[in-house]
Amino acid sequence: MSIISSFRESSRAKPIIDRIHQRDTGPVSIMEFCGGHTVAIFRSGIRTVMPVHVQMISGPGCPVCVTSNGDLDRAVALAKTPGVILATYGDMLKVPGSEESLMQVKAQGYAVEIVYSTLDALALAEAHPDREIVFFAIGFETTSPAAAAAVLQARDRGLQNFSICSVMKLTIPGARALLSMGEVKVDAVIGPGHVSSIIGSDAWRFLPEEYGIPVAISGFETLDLLAATDALLRMIEAKQPDLVNTYSRIVKPGGNRKAWGAVQQVFELRAASWRGFGEIPESGLALREEFAAYDADRRFDIRVAPAPEHPACRCGEVLRGVALPPDCKVFGTACTPEHPLGPCMVSSEGSCAAYYHYQRQQR
Amino acid sequence: MCLAVPAKVLELRDNQMALVDLNGTQREISLMVLDGEAAVGDFVLIHVGYAIEVIDEEEAERTLKMFEELGTLDEEDAGELSAIL
Ligand code: SF4
Ligand code: SF4
Repeated sequence: MSIISSFRESSRAKPIIDRIHQRDTGPVSIMEFCGGHTVAIFRSGIRTVMPVHVQMISGPGCPVCVTSNGDLDRAVALAKTPGVILATYGDMLKVPGSEESLMQVKAQGYAVEIVYSTLDALALAEAHPDREIVFFAIGFETTSPAAAAAVLQARDRGLQNFSICSVMKLTIPGARALLSMGEVKVDAVIGPGHVSSIIGSDAWRFLPEEYGIPVAISGFETLDLLAATDALLRMIEAKQPDLVNTYSRIVKPGGNRKAWGAVQQVFELRAASWRGFGEIPESGLALREEFAAYDADRRFDIRVAPAPEHPACRCGEVLRGVALPPDCKVFGTACTPEHPLGPCMVSSEGSCAAYYHYQRQQR
Repeated sequence: MCLAVPAKVLELRDNQMALVDLNGTQREISLMVLDGEAAVGDFVLIHVGYAIEVIDEEEAERTLKMFEELGTLDEEDAGELSAIL
Protein backbone atom coordinates (compact mmCIF):
# COMPACT_ATOMS: atom_id res chain seq x y z
CA MET A 1 0.00 0.00 0.00
CA SER A 2 1.51 3.21 -1.17
CA ILE A 3 0.54 5.21 1.86
CA ILE A 4 2.90 3.05 3.93
CA SER A 5 5.88 3.55 1.66
CA SER A 6 5.22 7.29 1.87
CA PHE A 7 6.53 7.06 5.41
CA ARG A 8 9.94 6.15 3.98
CA GLU A 9 10.35 8.92 1.40
CA SER A 10 13.52 10.80 2.12
CA SER A 11 12.24 14.02 0.52
CA ARG A 12 9.70 14.20 3.30
CA ALA A 13 12.39 13.72 5.94
CA LYS A 14 14.49 16.77 5.16
CA PRO A 15 12.15 19.43 6.65
CA ILE A 16 11.78 17.42 9.86
CA ILE A 17 15.55 16.99 10.18
CA ASP A 18 16.01 20.74 9.69
CA ARG A 19 13.46 21.32 12.39
CA ILE A 20 15.30 18.99 14.77
CA HIS A 21 18.49 20.96 14.20
CA GLN A 22 16.77 24.24 15.05
CA ARG A 23 15.52 23.04 18.44
CA ASP A 24 17.31 24.69 21.29
CA THR A 25 17.40 22.05 24.01
CA GLY A 26 20.95 21.63 25.28
CA PRO A 27 22.32 18.08 25.59
CA VAL A 28 19.53 15.48 25.73
CA SER A 29 19.34 11.71 25.91
CA ILE A 30 16.40 10.09 24.17
CA MET A 31 15.75 6.47 25.05
CA GLU A 32 13.90 4.03 22.86
CA PHE A 33 12.46 1.13 24.83
CA CYS A 34 11.77 -0.99 21.81
CA GLY A 35 14.36 -3.15 20.11
CA GLY A 36 12.41 -2.79 16.87
CA HIS A 37 13.09 0.94 17.11
CA THR A 38 16.78 0.31 17.85
CA VAL A 39 17.07 -1.55 14.56
CA ALA A 40 14.94 0.97 12.64
CA ILE A 41 17.03 3.86 13.97
CA PHE A 42 20.24 2.17 12.85
CA ARG A 43 18.90 1.03 9.51
CA SER A 44 17.55 4.46 8.59
CA GLY A 45 20.76 6.19 9.61
CA ILE A 46 18.89 8.57 11.90
CA ARG A 47 21.78 8.65 14.36
CA THR A 48 24.05 10.10 11.69
CA VAL A 49 21.75 13.07 11.02
CA MET A 50 21.15 13.99 14.65
CA PRO A 51 22.76 17.12 16.09
CA VAL A 52 25.68 16.23 18.39
CA HIS A 53 23.78 17.28 21.50
CA VAL A 54 21.05 14.68 20.86
CA GLN A 55 22.00 11.23 22.06
CA MET A 56 19.89 8.18 21.24
CA ILE A 57 20.16 5.36 23.77
CA SER A 58 18.59 1.92 23.82
CA GLY A 59 16.66 0.45 26.69
CA PRO A 60 15.41 -3.00 27.71
CA GLY A 61 13.24 -3.32 24.60
CA CYS A 62 13.51 -6.89 23.55
CA PRO A 63 11.84 -9.80 25.30
CA VAL A 64 14.51 -12.20 24.06
CA CYS A 65 17.24 -10.09 25.61
CA VAL A 66 15.61 -9.66 29.00
CA THR A 67 14.83 -13.37 29.42
CA SER A 68 16.94 -14.54 32.34
CA ASN A 69 19.28 -17.53 32.23
CA GLY A 70 17.14 -19.23 34.88
CA ASP A 71 14.08 -19.07 32.63
CA LEU A 72 16.11 -20.32 29.67
CA ASP A 73 17.35 -23.23 31.74
CA ARG A 74 13.75 -24.10 32.52
CA ALA A 75 12.95 -24.23 28.81
CA VAL A 76 15.95 -26.49 28.28
CA ALA A 77 14.80 -28.79 31.11
CA LEU A 78 11.28 -28.91 29.65
CA ALA A 79 12.64 -29.80 26.21
CA LYS A 80 14.53 -32.72 27.81
CA THR A 81 11.45 -34.02 29.62
CA PRO A 82 10.33 -37.36 28.12
CA GLY A 83 7.27 -37.06 25.90
CA VAL A 84 7.54 -33.30 25.52
CA ILE A 85 7.78 -31.34 22.29
CA LEU A 86 8.91 -27.81 23.12
CA ALA A 87 7.59 -25.23 20.67
CA THR A 88 8.85 -21.66 20.62
CA TYR A 89 9.45 -18.65 18.38
CA GLY A 90 12.68 -18.82 16.39
CA ASP A 91 14.16 -15.78 18.14
CA MET A 92 14.76 -17.82 21.25
CA LEU A 93 16.68 -20.74 19.81
CA LYS A 94 20.25 -19.51 19.79
CA VAL A 95 20.17 -17.72 23.12
CA PRO A 96 22.68 -19.39 25.44
CA GLY A 97 21.31 -20.50 28.81
CA SER A 98 23.75 -21.12 31.63
CA GLU A 99 24.83 -24.45 30.07
CA GLU A 100 23.35 -24.64 26.59
CA SER A 101 20.90 -23.13 24.14
CA LEU A 102 17.70 -24.71 22.82
CA MET A 103 19.47 -25.05 19.48
CA GLN A 104 22.12 -27.24 21.10
CA VAL A 105 19.42 -29.23 22.84
CA LYS A 106 17.68 -29.77 19.50
CA ALA A 107 20.96 -30.89 17.95
CA GLN A 108 21.18 -33.56 20.65
CA GLY A 109 17.94 -35.01 19.27
CA TYR A 110 15.38 -33.55 21.65
CA ALA A 111 12.12 -32.28 20.19
CA VAL A 112 12.36 -28.49 19.87
CA GLU A 113 10.11 -27.02 17.20
CA ILE A 114 10.25 -23.47 15.87
CA VAL A 115 6.80 -22.06 15.32
CA TYR A 116 5.79 -18.85 13.61
CA SER A 117 2.56 -18.61 15.57
CA THR A 118 0.77 -20.23 18.48
CA LEU A 119 -1.62 -21.48 15.77
CA ASP A 120 1.19 -23.78 14.63
CA ALA A 121 1.76 -24.95 18.21
CA LEU A 122 -1.93 -25.88 18.46
CA ALA A 123 -1.65 -27.75 15.16
CA LEU A 124 1.32 -29.69 16.58
CA ALA A 125 -0.80 -30.66 19.59
CA GLU A 126 -3.53 -31.95 17.29
CA ALA A 127 -1.08 -33.84 15.11
CA HIS A 128 0.68 -35.51 18.07
CA PRO A 129 -1.99 -36.57 20.57
CA ASP A 130 0.52 -38.92 22.24
CA ARG A 131 2.99 -36.11 23.02
CA GLU A 132 2.89 -33.12 25.34
CA ILE A 133 3.25 -29.84 23.45
CA VAL A 134 4.73 -27.12 25.64
CA PHE A 135 4.80 -23.64 24.16
CA PHE A 136 7.65 -21.58 25.64
CA ALA A 137 6.03 -18.15 25.55
CA ILE A 138 8.24 -15.10 25.47
CA GLY A 139 7.12 -11.64 24.56
CA PHE A 140 5.80 -8.33 25.71
CA GLU A 141 2.24 -7.00 25.55
CA THR A 142 2.20 -7.24 21.74
CA THR A 143 2.81 -10.97 21.73
CA SER A 144 0.73 -11.94 24.76
CA PRO A 145 -2.70 -11.93 23.01
CA ALA A 146 -1.47 -14.74 20.71
CA ALA A 147 -0.65 -16.84 23.80
CA ALA A 148 -3.99 -16.04 25.43
CA ALA A 149 -5.81 -16.90 22.20
CA ALA A 150 -3.98 -20.25 22.06
CA VAL A 151 -5.12 -21.18 25.57
CA LEU A 152 -8.71 -20.22 24.79
CA GLN A 153 -8.65 -22.22 21.56
CA ALA A 154 -7.07 -25.23 23.30
CA ARG A 155 -9.92 -25.16 25.81
CA ASP A 156 -12.59 -24.82 23.13
CA ARG A 157 -11.13 -27.70 21.15
CA GLY A 158 -10.68 -29.85 24.25
CA LEU A 159 -6.94 -30.26 23.70
CA GLN A 160 -5.44 -32.10 26.67
CA ASN A 161 -1.81 -32.11 25.58
CA PHE A 162 -1.12 -28.40 25.18
CA SER A 163 0.39 -26.12 27.80
CA ILE A 164 2.28 -22.88 28.10
CA CYS A 165 5.46 -22.03 29.96
CA SER A 166 5.06 -18.29 30.31
CA VAL A 167 8.01 -15.96 30.72
CA MET A 168 6.06 -13.09 29.16
CA LYS A 169 6.69 -9.65 30.58
CA LEU A 170 5.14 -6.21 30.65
CA THR A 171 7.02 -3.16 29.45
CA ILE A 172 5.48 -0.61 31.80
CA PRO A 173 6.80 -2.13 35.06
CA GLY A 174 10.12 -2.62 33.24
CA ALA A 175 10.23 1.05 32.27
CA ARG A 176 9.34 2.09 35.80
CA ALA A 177 12.08 -0.11 37.24
CA LEU A 178 14.65 1.39 34.90
CA LEU A 179 13.68 4.98 35.66
CA SER A 180 13.45 4.38 39.39
CA MET A 181 17.01 3.03 39.44
CA GLY A 182 18.14 6.46 38.27
CA GLU A 183 21.41 5.10 36.81
CA VAL A 184 20.89 6.59 33.41
CA LYS A 185 19.78 10.07 32.42
CA VAL A 186 16.64 9.84 30.31
CA ASP A 187 15.22 13.16 29.09
CA ALA A 188 12.64 11.75 26.72
CA VAL A 189 11.24 8.41 25.64
CA ILE A 190 10.26 7.00 22.25
CA GLY A 191 7.33 4.78 23.18
CA PRO A 192 6.96 1.32 21.62
CA GLY A 193 4.49 1.29 18.73
CA HIS A 194 3.22 -2.24 18.71
CA VAL A 195 3.17 -2.68 22.47
CA SER A 196 1.02 0.45 22.55
CA SER A 197 -1.33 -0.88 19.87
CA ILE A 198 -2.39 -3.44 22.49
CA ILE A 199 -2.31 -1.45 25.74
CA GLY A 200 -3.06 1.99 24.26
CA SER A 201 -1.03 5.18 24.16
CA ASP A 202 -2.67 6.37 27.38
CA ALA A 203 -0.79 3.66 29.27
CA TRP A 204 2.34 5.83 28.91
CA ARG A 205 0.86 8.98 30.47
CA PHE A 206 2.65 8.17 33.70
CA LEU A 207 5.93 9.23 32.09
CA PRO A 208 5.07 12.94 31.78
CA GLU A 209 2.75 12.92 34.77
CA GLU A 210 4.91 11.10 37.32
CA TYR A 211 8.43 11.46 35.98
CA GLY A 212 8.16 14.72 34.02
CA ILE A 213 9.51 12.89 30.95
CA PRO A 214 7.95 13.55 27.52
CA VAL A 215 6.98 10.47 25.52
CA ALA A 216 6.23 10.06 21.81
CA ILE A 217 4.67 6.82 20.61
CA SER A 218 6.25 6.02 17.28
CA GLY A 219 5.92 3.70 14.33
CA PHE A 220 8.89 2.03 12.68
CA GLU A 221 9.38 4.05 9.50
CA THR A 222 11.98 6.76 9.16
CA LEU A 223 9.42 9.57 9.14
CA ASP A 224 7.67 8.20 12.22
CA LEU A 225 10.90 8.17 14.19
CA LEU A 226 11.99 11.60 13.00
CA ALA A 227 8.60 13.13 13.79
CA ALA A 228 8.61 11.48 17.21
CA THR A 229 12.12 12.79 17.92
CA ASP A 230 11.11 16.26 16.82
CA ALA A 231 8.00 16.18 19.01
CA LEU A 232 10.14 15.15 22.00
CA LEU A 233 12.66 17.92 21.43
CA ARG A 234 9.83 20.41 21.10
CA MET A 235 8.39 19.36 24.43
CA ILE A 236 11.80 19.56 26.08
CA GLU A 237 12.38 22.99 24.56
CA ALA A 238 9.01 24.21 25.82
CA LYS A 239 9.53 22.47 29.19
CA GLN A 240 6.11 20.91 28.73
CA PRO A 241 6.39 17.16 29.05
CA ASP A 242 3.36 15.43 27.52
CA LEU A 243 2.33 12.43 25.47
CA VAL A 244 2.31 12.56 21.68
CA ASN A 245 1.17 9.73 19.45
CA THR A 246 2.77 9.86 16.00
CA TYR A 247 1.52 6.34 15.20
CA SER A 248 -2.20 7.06 15.33
CA ARG A 249 -2.84 5.04 12.17
CA ILE A 250 -2.32 1.98 14.40
CA VAL A 251 -2.31 3.05 18.03
CA LYS A 252 -5.51 4.17 19.76
CA PRO A 253 -5.57 5.88 23.15
CA GLY A 254 -7.25 2.83 24.73
CA GLY A 255 -5.46 0.17 22.67
CA ASN A 256 -6.97 -3.07 21.43
CA ARG A 257 -9.45 -3.90 24.18
CA LYS A 258 -10.34 -7.27 22.75
CA ALA A 259 -6.74 -8.49 22.64
CA TRP A 260 -5.86 -7.06 26.03
CA GLY A 261 -9.13 -8.44 27.42
CA ALA A 262 -8.13 -11.95 26.30
CA VAL A 263 -4.77 -11.54 28.00
CA GLN A 264 -6.43 -10.48 31.24
CA GLN A 265 -8.92 -13.32 31.03
CA VAL A 266 -6.18 -15.95 30.82
CA PHE A 267 -3.26 -14.42 32.72
CA GLU A 268 -2.59 -12.65 35.98
CA LEU A 269 0.37 -10.63 37.15
CA ARG A 270 3.31 -12.15 38.95
CA ALA A 271 6.90 -11.20 39.66
CA ALA A 272 9.28 -11.89 36.78
CA SER A 273 13.03 -12.02 36.62
CA TRP A 274 14.62 -9.74 34.02
CA ARG A 275 18.17 -10.00 32.81
CA GLY A 276 20.01 -6.95 34.09
CA PHE A 277 17.27 -5.99 36.52
CA GLY A 278 16.58 -9.01 38.67
CA GLU A 279 13.10 -9.62 39.94
CA ILE A 280 10.51 -6.92 39.18
CA PRO A 281 7.19 -7.29 41.03
CA GLU A 282 3.99 -7.65 38.97
CA SER A 283 5.90 -7.50 35.71
CA GLY A 284 5.21 -11.01 34.40
CA LEU A 285 2.19 -12.91 33.11
CA ALA A 286 1.21 -16.24 34.71
CA LEU A 287 -1.80 -18.43 33.87
CA ARG A 288 -4.76 -17.95 36.18
CA GLU A 289 -5.94 -20.81 38.39
CA GLU A 290 -8.90 -21.34 36.05
CA PHE A 291 -6.47 -22.27 33.28
CA ALA A 292 -4.14 -24.38 35.44
CA ALA A 293 -4.59 -27.33 33.06
CA TYR A 294 -2.71 -25.33 30.39
CA ASP A 295 0.08 -24.18 32.67
CA ALA A 296 3.34 -26.04 32.06
CA ASP A 297 4.69 -24.79 35.40
CA ARG A 298 1.90 -26.67 37.15
CA ARG A 299 1.93 -29.73 34.90
CA PHE A 300 5.64 -30.40 35.04
CA ASP A 301 7.75 -30.23 38.14
CA ILE A 302 10.77 -28.43 36.73
CA ARG A 303 13.39 -27.14 39.11
CA VAL A 304 16.60 -25.53 37.99
CA ALA A 305 19.57 -24.35 39.99
CA PRO A 306 20.14 -20.59 40.26
CA ALA A 307 21.78 -19.65 37.01
CA PRO A 308 24.86 -17.50 36.60
CA GLU A 309 25.27 -15.28 33.54
CA HIS A 310 28.42 -15.34 31.41
CA PRO A 311 31.08 -13.49 33.45
CA ALA A 312 32.26 -11.31 30.56
CA CYS A 313 28.80 -10.45 29.24
CA ARG A 314 27.58 -6.94 29.99
CA CYS A 315 24.08 -7.41 28.54
CA GLY A 316 22.59 -6.40 31.87
CA GLU A 317 24.22 -2.98 31.70
CA VAL A 318 23.48 -2.65 27.99
CA LEU A 319 19.80 -3.32 28.70
CA ARG A 320 19.75 -0.70 31.43
CA GLY A 321 21.29 1.81 29.04
CA VAL A 322 24.39 2.35 31.21
CA ALA A 323 26.86 0.62 28.88
CA LEU A 324 27.07 0.61 25.09
CA PRO A 325 27.80 -2.67 23.32
CA PRO A 326 31.35 -1.61 22.35
CA ASP A 327 32.07 -1.11 26.07
CA CYS A 328 31.92 -4.89 26.42
CA LYS A 329 35.42 -6.47 26.24
CA VAL A 330 34.27 -9.39 24.11
CA PHE A 331 32.06 -7.38 21.72
CA GLY A 332 32.90 -8.33 18.15
CA THR A 333 35.74 -10.62 19.24
CA ALA A 334 34.64 -13.57 21.36
CA CYS A 335 31.02 -12.48 21.02
CA THR A 336 29.57 -12.21 17.50
CA PRO A 337 26.18 -13.07 15.97
CA GLU A 338 27.65 -16.43 14.90
CA HIS A 339 28.98 -17.18 18.39
CA PRO A 340 26.91 -15.11 20.77
CA LEU A 341 27.80 -15.10 24.45
CA GLY A 342 24.79 -13.06 25.46
CA PRO A 343 21.24 -12.64 24.18
CA CYS A 344 21.76 -9.04 23.07
CA MET A 345 23.97 -10.43 20.30
CA VAL A 346 21.50 -13.17 19.33
CA SER A 347 18.26 -11.35 18.96
CA SER A 348 17.94 -9.49 15.70
CA GLU A 349 16.64 -6.61 17.80
CA GLY A 350 19.34 -6.88 20.44
CA SER A 351 21.47 -3.79 20.91
CA CYS A 352 24.74 -5.68 20.48
CA ALA A 353 23.58 -7.27 17.22
CA ALA A 354 22.32 -3.91 15.92
CA TYR A 355 25.65 -2.26 16.76
CA TYR A 356 27.55 -5.14 15.23
CA HIS A 357 25.65 -4.97 11.94
CA TYR A 358 25.31 -1.23 11.51
CA GLN A 359 27.82 0.65 13.59
CA ARG A 360 30.79 -0.11 11.35
CA GLN A 361 29.10 1.67 8.46
CA GLN A 362 28.09 4.60 10.56
CA ARG A 363 30.98 5.63 12.79
CA MET B 1 10.17 -9.47 18.40
CA CYS B 2 6.95 -7.42 18.21
CA LEU B 3 7.63 -7.00 14.54
CA ALA B 4 4.23 -6.63 12.93
CA VAL B 5 3.58 -6.42 9.21
CA PRO B 6 0.74 -5.05 7.09
CA ALA B 7 -1.21 -7.55 5.00
CA LYS B 8 -4.26 -7.30 2.77
CA VAL B 9 -7.33 -9.35 3.61
CA LEU B 10 -8.25 -11.58 0.64
CA GLU B 11 -10.91 -13.84 2.08
CA LEU B 12 -12.77 -14.31 5.36
CA ARG B 13 -12.91 -17.92 6.54
CA ASP B 14 -14.54 -20.01 9.28
CA ASN B 15 -13.36 -19.99 12.88
CA GLN B 16 -12.36 -16.32 12.76
CA MET B 17 -9.63 -17.06 10.26
CA ALA B 18 -8.74 -15.06 7.15
CA LEU B 19 -6.58 -15.50 4.09
CA VAL B 20 -4.24 -12.54 3.63
CA ASP B 21 -1.64 -11.39 1.16
CA LEU B 22 1.56 -10.72 3.01
CA ASN B 23 4.13 -9.18 0.69
CA GLY B 24 3.05 -11.41 -2.17
CA THR B 25 2.65 -14.64 -0.20
CA GLN B 26 -0.70 -15.96 0.91
CA ARG B 27 -1.14 -16.94 4.50
CA GLU B 28 -3.93 -17.95 6.83
CA ILE B 29 -4.12 -15.82 9.96
CA SER B 30 -6.48 -15.46 12.89
CA LEU B 31 -8.82 -12.54 13.50
CA MET B 32 -9.57 -13.75 17.02
CA VAL B 33 -8.00 -10.82 18.88
CA LEU B 34 -8.88 -8.11 16.38
CA ASP B 35 -11.04 -5.41 17.90
CA GLY B 36 -13.77 -4.72 15.38
CA GLU B 37 -14.38 -6.11 11.91
CA ALA B 38 -12.01 -6.58 9.01
CA ALA B 39 -13.42 -6.66 5.50
CA VAL B 40 -11.95 -8.07 2.31
CA GLY B 41 -9.58 -5.41 0.93
CA ASP B 42 -8.68 -3.97 4.33
CA PHE B 43 -5.08 -3.79 5.44
CA VAL B 44 -4.46 -5.38 8.81
CA LEU B 45 -1.36 -5.46 10.96
CA ILE B 46 -0.22 -9.05 11.58
CA HIS B 47 1.84 -10.19 14.53
CA VAL B 48 2.76 -13.87 15.07
CA GLY B 49 -0.18 -15.08 12.99
CA TYR B 50 -2.86 -12.85 14.50
CA ALA B 51 -4.29 -9.61 13.13
CA ILE B 52 -3.97 -7.01 15.88
CA GLU B 53 -5.22 -3.86 14.15
CA VAL B 54 -6.95 -2.66 11.00
CA ILE B 55 -4.70 0.00 9.51
CA ASP B 56 -6.49 3.32 9.42
CA GLU B 57 -5.59 4.71 5.98
CA GLU B 58 -7.27 8.06 6.49
CA GLU B 59 -5.39 8.51 9.72
CA ALA B 60 -2.17 7.58 7.90
CA GLU B 61 -2.78 10.29 5.35
CA ARG B 62 -3.60 12.83 8.03
CA THR B 63 -0.39 11.94 9.87
CA LEU B 64 1.69 12.36 6.73
CA LYS B 65 0.23 15.79 6.15
CA MET B 66 0.87 16.71 9.73
CA PHE B 67 4.52 15.65 9.45
CA GLU B 68 4.85 17.82 6.38
CA GLU B 69 3.28 20.87 7.93
CA LEU B 70 5.27 20.51 11.11
CA GLY B 71 8.38 21.23 9.08
CA THR B 72 7.10 24.58 7.88
CA LEU B 73 4.94 25.97 10.64
CA ASP B 74 6.13 28.31 13.30
CA GLU B 75 6.56 27.28 16.90
CA GLU B 76 3.08 27.90 18.27
CA ASP B 77 1.19 26.22 15.46
CA ALA B 78 3.49 23.27 15.72
CA GLY B 79 2.71 23.02 19.38
CA GLU B 80 -1.00 22.87 18.71
CA LEU B 81 -0.61 20.40 15.90
CA SER B 82 1.46 17.93 17.82
CA ALA B 83 -1.25 17.75 20.43
CA ILE B 84 -3.43 16.06 17.83
CA LEU B 85 -0.69 14.12 16.07
S1 SF4 C 1 9.64 -7.06 21.28
FE1 SF4 C 1 8.42 -5.31 20.71
S2 SF4 C 1 8.97 -3.77 22.15
FE2 SF4 C 1 10.44 -5.32 22.03
S3 SF4 C 1 11.92 -4.88 20.68
FE3 SF4 C 1 10.54 -6.04 19.65
S4 SF4 C 1 9.14 -4.65 18.73
FE4 SF4 C 1 10.10 -3.62 20.31
S1 SF4 D 1 28.85 -8.08 23.25
FE1 SF4 D 1 28.08 -10.09 23.75
S2 SF4 D 1 28.89 -10.55 25.73
FE2 SF4 D 1 29.06 -8.35 25.43
S3 SF4 D 1 27.21 -7.47 26.29
FE3 SF4 D 1 26.81 -7.85 24.16
S4 SF4 D 1 25.92 -9.88 24.05
FE4 SF4 D 1 26.85 -9.65 26.06
